[in-house]
Amino acid sequence: MKSAVVVFPGSNRERDMAHALRLVSGREPALVWNADRELPAGTDLVVLPGGFSYGDYLRCGAIAAHAPVMEAVRAHAARGGLVMGVCNGFQILCEAGLLPGVLQRNASVRFICREVCLKIERSDTAFTRGYNAGQVIRVPVAHGEGNYFAAPETIARIESEGRVLFRYSDPDGKRDDTWNVNGAMNAIAGVLNDELNVLGLMPHPENHVEAAVGCTDGRGLFAGLVAHFAQAA
Amino acid sequence: MKARVTVTLKSGVLDPQGKAIEGALKSLGVAGVASVRQGKVFDIELGEGDAAKAEAALKDAAEKLLANTVIENYRVEVTG
Repeated sequence: MKSAVVVFPGSNRERDMAHALRLVSGREPALVWNADRELPAGTDLVVLPGGFSYGDYLRCGAIAAHAPVMEAVRAHAARGGLVMGVCNGFQILCEAGLLPGVLQRNASVRFICREVCLKIERSDTAFTRGYNAGQVIRVPVAHGEGNYFAAPETIARIESEGRVLFRYSDPDGKRDDTWNVNGAMNAIAGVLNDELNVLGLMPHPENHVEAAVGCTDGRGLFAGLVAHFAQAA
Repeated sequence: MKARVTVTLKSGVLDPQGKAIEGALKSLGVAGVASVRQGKVFDIELGEGDAAKAEAALKDAAEKLLANTVIENYRVEVTG
């Protein structure tokens, strides 16, 4: 799996992401500066990492969504290439129109930095084939604007099309408002585009890939992606 | 030419910041506050002298960047 991590001014999770990709795939990911207009030839997976691109000015991800590299990301997605945005990367993908909806200020109006439980809604995607449907994983979140919102008809459509991939839940996989940490509609933590090749999620699976940090639940996402490309090759 | 673009949340969209401000105003004892919705104001100077062209350019700016039309409405005023 050949991966590329896009770096914007204010990104701060690109090294965590690169570390996880390197650790699980065994290949060095390319770091691509946001002013570049091309991705490295043969890129399989593009990742937009977490952080505070352009200082979160205007709206989270709004300025980064128009950075020169985003045309290349859009073209990669249009060709069927995989794109994953984590945290600020999710916000950027929404602002770029590559994913539906928007990430609003947390309902608590507080920055939330903690571990959450995520229910894997389906395992038949390139991003979740390393998990079982219904499985609950533990991963950290760290965001002030992760409260997913979309118009009711959009929510109904993405739900009926099975495009909610990750949902905040209690440790047993049950929906519970106290575990929906940011107040997201339908407790949505991660969504797919209509072609299922672009994913955005608020939590950070890249931070739970090593036993040294106490949990490796995020590893399945990267291992699943590696398996996806190994099978395709 | 000067203009103002005002961006407001669509009705029905939750506004946690507006709610927090509303709560703070109530706790300060400011009388008669029923509800608060927070928005943004952009004061923009344009080189364009034609009001109609300026308005078209500002609508373009609002659609492309200043507002996220999933959750926000915008209003353009050319102020002279």
